[in-house]
Amino acid sequence: MILLLVLAAMILMAVVAVQIGKVNELFASLRGEEKVELQQNRRTALYMPIFLVLFLFGCVASAVYYAPEMLGWGAKPVASVHGAEIDSLMTTTLIVTGIVFFLTQIALFWFAYKYSYKPGRKAAYISHDNRLEVIWTAIPAVVMTFLVVGGLSVWNSAMSDVPEDAVVGQDYIEIEATGMQFAWLLRHPGKDNILGKRDYKLINEANNQLGIDWTNKAGHDDILPSDIVLPVNKKVRVRITARDVLHNFYLPDFRVKMDAIPGIPTYFVFTPTVTTKEMRKILSEKPNWQVPYDPTDPESKMRWEEFNYELACAELCGTGHWSMRKKVEIVTQEEYDAWVDAQQAHYISQIKGTESDTYLSKAKEDDNKQLGEEAIPTDNSLSEVK
Amino acid sequence: MADIDITTEALEHGHDHHDDHHDHESDKYRSSFISHYIFSLDHKMIAKQYLITGIFWAIIGGLMSLVFRLQLGFPEENFSWLKPILGKWITVNGEGMGSLDPEFYYALVTMHGTIMVFFVLTAGLSGTFSNLLIPLQIGARDMASGLLNMISYWLFFLSGVVMFASLFLNTGPFSGGWTAYPPLSALPQAMSGSKAGMTLWTISLVIFVASVLLGGINYITTVINLRTKGMSFWRMPLTVWAFLVTAVLGLLSFPVLVSAFVLMIFDRSLQTSFYLSEIFINGQALDHVGGSPILYQHLFWFLGHPEVYIIIVPGFGMVSEIISVNSRKPIFGYKAMVLSILAIAFLAFIVWAHHMFMSGVNPFLTNFFVIFTLIIAVPSAVKVFNWIATLYKGNIRFTNGMLFAVGFVSLFISGGLTGIWLGNSALDIQLHDTYFVVAHFHIVMGVAAFFGMFAGIYHWFPRMFGRFMNSTLGKVHFWGTMIGSYMIFWPMHYTGLAGVPRRYYRFDNFDSFAQFASLNEFITIAAILTFAVQLLFVINFFYSIFRGKKQTELNPWNATTLEWTAPIHAGHGNWPGPIPQVHRWAYDYSKGDRDFIPQTEPLNDWELEEEHNH
Repeated sequence: MILLLVLAAMILMAVVAVQIGKVNELFASLRGEEKVELQQNRRTALYMPIFLVLFLFGCVASAVYYAPEMLGWGAKPVASVHGAEIDSLMTTTLIVTGIVFFLTQIALFWFAYKYSYKPGRKAAYISHDNRLEVIWTAIPAVVMTFLVVGGLSVWNSAMSDVPEDAVVGQDYIEIEATGMQFAWLLRHPGKDNILGKRDYKLINEANNQLGIDWTNKAGHDDILPSDIVLPVNKKVRVRITARDVLHNFYLPDFRVKMDAIPGIPTYFVFTPTVTTKEMRKILSEKPNWQVPYDPTDPESKMRWEEFNYELACAELCGTGHWSMRKKVEIVTQEEYDAWVDAQQAHYISQIKGTESDTYLSKAKEDDNKQLGEEAIPTDNSLSEVK
Repeated sequence: MADIDITTEALEHGHDHHDDHHDHESDKYRSSFISHYIFSLDHKMIAKQYLITGIFWAIIGGLMSLVFRLQLGFPEENFSWLKPILGKWITVNGEGMGSLDPEFYYALVTMHGTIMVFFVLTAGLSGTFSNLLIPLQIGARDMASGLLNMISYWLFFLSGVVMFASLFLNTGPFSGGWTAYPPLSALPQAMSGSKAGMTLWTISLVIFVASVLLGGINYITTVINLRTKGMSFWRMPLTVWAFLVTAVLGLLSFPVLVSAFVLMIFDRSLQTSFYLSEIFINGQALDHVGGSPILYQHLFWFLGHPEVYIIIVPGFGMVSEIISVNSRKPIFGYKAMVLSILAIAFLAFIVWAHHMFMSGVNPFLTNFFVIFTLIIAVPSAVKVFNWIATLYKGNIRFTNGMLFAVGFVSLFISGGLTGIWLGNSALDIQLHDTYFVVAHFHIVMGVAAFFGMFAGIYHWFPRMFGRFMNSTLGKVHFWGTMIGSYMIFWPMHYTGLAGVPRRYYRFDNFDSFAQFASLNEFITIAAILTFAVQLLFVINFFYSIFRGKKQTELNPWNATTLEWTAPIHAGHGNWPGPIPQVHRWAYDYSKGDRDFIPQTEPLNDWELEEEHNH
């Protein structure tokens, strides 16, 4: 029924539109086509500057209105070292492109208005102007050079890996995030700061979602936390992998984004600079965060009280792509150490001594084979991440 | 070849359109309804076929975007009223609340992208205007091969049929995004749309590529070989330059897409591992080892990036032409315009990895792609400045074509400038795969290319149908679309700058992305209104074909180019008499005391003198 109504309304609209068009054509032929065309041309020309003003005003006003929600220019300060560089590059780019935007849009619509048809006037025959063209080729080239140089220096420092002589645990910590349909699986290396080996063939949903190889001792103290917890002001190297399809490890507040690829681990190195608690304090002073968290419930907590850094997926990975949320908590070093102490390794709590304990079964096998020899492999090469 | 077989006698009947019987007897290529309207070899008819097919797909693609915009703007609304159309894809819960199935949401997003990019803005745009304008503007009787041209259209039609059929699959059409990144697209168990939907999607696009290649070879051959006497390359209108470059781009890049698809088909059905490695899915560890999904991305974007120029370059050409004609001025810096198109086309092939900054490719290699990408800003800026300079001191007539041409320039500026943000890899860390990207490419190649297409349709409508489109409706269409498109896509910059990722079914799962509910409603309403304005265009288009104001003058816009020298209802072969000869470039507007001097007019004494004095 509704569909019929919609259809009828559309047909009606079509008829009305055609009639309006016809009436205008008729009107034009009655009053003399040239005269009407001239009038129409004048009116259209006048719309040009009107549109220009409304358009530019709309752009600026809406940008100012939404700025408090934007990263970089909004209420939330950037929370990583390289993020600050990205933000300042973005401001530079905004200024440069903003100037060009205003100048060209104004010239376009203003010329369209100013040089609209006047009877008896003749257009100028200007086919080219080499000097002018060289100038306006050179200026963008120079501006682009500055943006490229600035951009690449930010890029290369943001994407640089940890230095070769850096010591894991001391200079940086390494954690792992694995995307699956549709959740992030997190792994913390535990006290030894080393992530144990994995093999996708060992994955089972019951007690080893990551396929950690228990014969490799480095994995025995690995923690599988439900949220990311990181110390402030410490370099963190995230090992990013995927179990099934592409995902993307995306931390908006830290300006971190990197695809997670099955079979090919990727990395992103960054340094958080603001703890969650500090961020809540900063936001408590911002008007757009002093509103109820749930707009429909005025009694709910304030938006700033509920603030959390979030991990999202930014590469289409299937129907649940929009739901891959994890909390990220940035804490002080002491809080972090305490948190690590309080965690229980997955191997200890779930695997050790069970049927799944391949380390134990392998050790037994080895025992049987080579009695008297050292049964437990302590080879260092095994502890390295594959 | 078709043009040789057509006798002069036959062509003389060309303008005599009222009397089809004469044509029957004298032109063996117009012997019946079927060979005239369906399996036509006449480039003018094939152009119309492309255009009308393109309009059909644009309506489908547009409607799809409205449905997923409804979901994004009103996620809490009851959509069970859509159930009669969408059937099982509207899931109704116990309380009678109907909502769009996420699987189908992604299918709509994917189909919208595929349809708009390939069927509307590649085939519908350059298929239409390359066909219509290349022979008419270079003074050729038809394409180099009318047969290949016809096959090209029908392959496009066939690929459309396959794609359309995939919409009705029980498992749904392909839903892994128009870029079809594996493993999501390669594994039937990863997503319902990756089952038969993906198979049909691949088949459809392979057929489509065959169509583009046949068309492209034809366009290139025609431009190179069939220019009339005097039509040197440097006298060609910018439209022809643009179509030539577009065809070259397509010819060099589309085969690479096919190679990507062939490997994909191998992975899907022959258990090879080009793109797949170490995958555990649905409780099962797959045997594939050693492949790289990034390989697909390289192959895909090696087409994908030139593809965006395939979409926008015809717009460059048509807009240059229309601005020049309606400003009554030569296009400013003709040679610079040609060179900038060539430069953009060349650079198009060495910037593909700027779509992959965050894909896990070596960050060092990214440096080169950033440099090449941002160099594109230079020729693009030259084009914009030259269009604006063409308006300067003109005598501008605001025909509907002209309005859309001016709108095109405005959109190209707005969308082009955000390209400078995204092309800078450092900023792309934050902006990649957010709504900022959606805003950027919709404005610069989506809406802008549509504006180029509209400009072309309004401007050359009389050339196609011998009638004019209604100008009042056209003006409403223009202002509605201009304001509407900015209202849809401008706010997306803001959500993107706030970090909101694209391709999300809902935003309220994250505190970081949930704050734009009212803005998303606004965008959806703007999209619905803008779409309604497009219906006005469709009505105007079809009404005017049959009932529009008749074209009485041969050259209604007082243009210099050859297409307006052919009879209003030109038959197959275009000119009843001999082919016109060309003596000058296409942009002698307001030269001396003349309003315009057609290309067919030999140089006058005073011009020769002027040239001599130089």
